Parts: sequence; structure tokens; C-alpha cells
Amino acid sequence: MKLKGKVALITGASSGIGRAIALKFALEGAIVIVNYSGNAESAQKVVEEINSSGGICESIKCDVSNYDDVKNMIDNIIEKYNSIDILVNNAGITKDNLIMRMDVEDFDRVIDVNLKGCFNTIKCASRYMIKQKHGKIINMSSVIGITGNAGQANYAASKAGVIALTKSAAKEFASRNINVNAIAPGYIETRMTEVLNEKIKEDIIDKIPLKKAGNPEDVAKTALFLACDESNYITGQVINVDGGMVM
Amino acid sequence: MIFEKVKERISDILGVDSDDITMDSSFIDDLGADSLDIVELIMALEEEFDIEIPDEDAERIQTVGDVVDYIKEHTDM
Repeated sequence: MKLKGKVALITGASSGIGRAIALKFALEGAIVIVNYSGNAESAQKVVEEINSSGGICESIKCDVSNYDDVKNMIDNIIEKYNSIDILVNNAGITKDNLIMRMDVEDFDRVIDVNLKGCFNTIKCASRYMIKQKHGKIINMSSVIGITGNAGQANYAASKAGVIALTKSAAKEFASRNINVNAIAPGYIETRMTEVLNEKIKEDIIDKIPLKKAGNPEDVAKTALFLACDESNYITGQVINVDGGMVM
Repeated sequence: MIFEKVKERISDILGVDSDDITMDSSFIDDLGADSLDIVELIMALEEEFDIEIPDEDAERIQTVGDVVDYIKEHTDM
């Protein structure tokens, strides 16, 4: 087991990529904290799935865009488990529209969850990781944060921000043996991409060299690599999991 | 008394021999601290003495004596 006894907080872990990471980490022996904001039922299912197969898991409700709530969540984790070894910033939302039609509130909300949410958890978790003198932080960016995308100015800006935040945090915490990396998934089949119409899906797949969509498991495998000892000499990097879509 | 406690925490965090820590020691020049060490130290001292050291005060702290004086001023010890 690659993560035996490690305490891992995964934000937005009730479904999709976050859920896949939670299940993968639990299989590798981690104590998994499933953070969710809206869907208590799905989060509970993830917890039950892990606990029934002999893993250790619990869920915590918290909107990552709210700093005070994030601080409480992480303080509670420390109180109970006495450590936080792995932080996966996966919680993310989309509110797509063309810039001309995008509400300012929708721009703010996406930045608040996707980018400020990452900052909030890193700020709170890093003080413990610094004391421990080890830690792995994995931030979920997106290929859209590298290329930009019409209709996703808010999402693209938030995900580009995540990359810059990742690199800054990597530099700040390197001396304390804390690795900070980002994953940039491409077209992954989840609830977030389910809403696209068939024509758009086909067009996207046509542009992917590997000619297929990815699945959450593909991203979870990369997250596991970045969370375990095998990646100890890697920090400040963005790993694309996109079938070659962006290179 | 405050000095002894402060010395202990500095020694823990910076990994320096407590005999090498004097009131005149500069964190950066004499004790080899970096900016993250100082943040960590301030947080540890806030916990130890149950005080809050605002960033603008923390920025002025350069020597061990600065910290000891600050704690004396802001606690009943």
C-alpha cells in the first residue's frame, strides 16, 4: 500500500474525479476525508463504499470558498487524526457563458470556489504541514487553464490561477519538504462534461490524439502518483491527463 | 522565565543549540532563520503564550530580545 496511514483530505469528493481519487487513496491505505458542499447523499455513498471494503473514511460538509469554514474543517481533522499528509484540491464548478452574456456574479463564484477555495485550504493545511515537515498538495487545474476556451472565461481564468498558485506554493514550501503539483485533466467523462451535446463531444474526441475520452480513474492514478513517495522529487509541475489533447 | 521558554521554542524550530541563543541574537543573521521559519516561530509563540501577534508587529521583530520584550508587554508574565 502506497499511502498506508496517511491522512488525505479531498475536496469535492462526492462525485466524479474527486470520488475516484477518494476510492483510489482508500485502497492504498489512506485515511480519507471526503469533503462535499451540496450533495450529502453522494458523499455518504462514497464513505459507505470505502468503509464497507475495510477502509477508513468520513465526510465533512464545507464550502471551500468560505475561509472560516475551511479553517474549522482542517482544525477538526487535526484534532481527530493529529495530521494532514495529503491535500487534494478538487472542488470545482462551471458557470459557462460568453463573456458578453456572463453575469459578474457567475465570474466571481467560479473564481471563489475553484481558485480561492484552493488558496483557503492551502493556507490552513500548510501551517500543519510545515510543522510536520512533509506534505503533498495536489491541485486540480484543467487543460482549459492552459489553452483558454470560448464560453469559459471564468473557468479558464480560475484554472490558470490554480497553476500559478501551485507554482508559488511549491516555491514557498519546498524547504519544508512539501510537494505542490497540479493535474490538468482534458476531456474526462463526469457529470461536469455530461451536459455537453453529442456533436460537441464528438468534435472534442476528434481532436484528442488518443481518440477517446478519459475517465476519472485516469486522473485518480496520476493523483496517487503525486500523493505517494514515488513523486518526492517532483514539485511545482502541471501534469496533463488529456490523451495528448494539449502539448 | 519568558526568555527561557522562548529560547526553547527557537531551539526546537530552528534546530540551533540553546546555548547559542542570546537576547541580542538576530533570527536571520545569527540563527540562520528564513522568512518561513519566522512565521512558524511566531505561530508557535502565539500558541505558547496565548497571544496574537499581528503581521505589522511581527515584521518588526528581528532579534530574540524583540520577541521577549513583545511578550512581556502583551502578557501578565
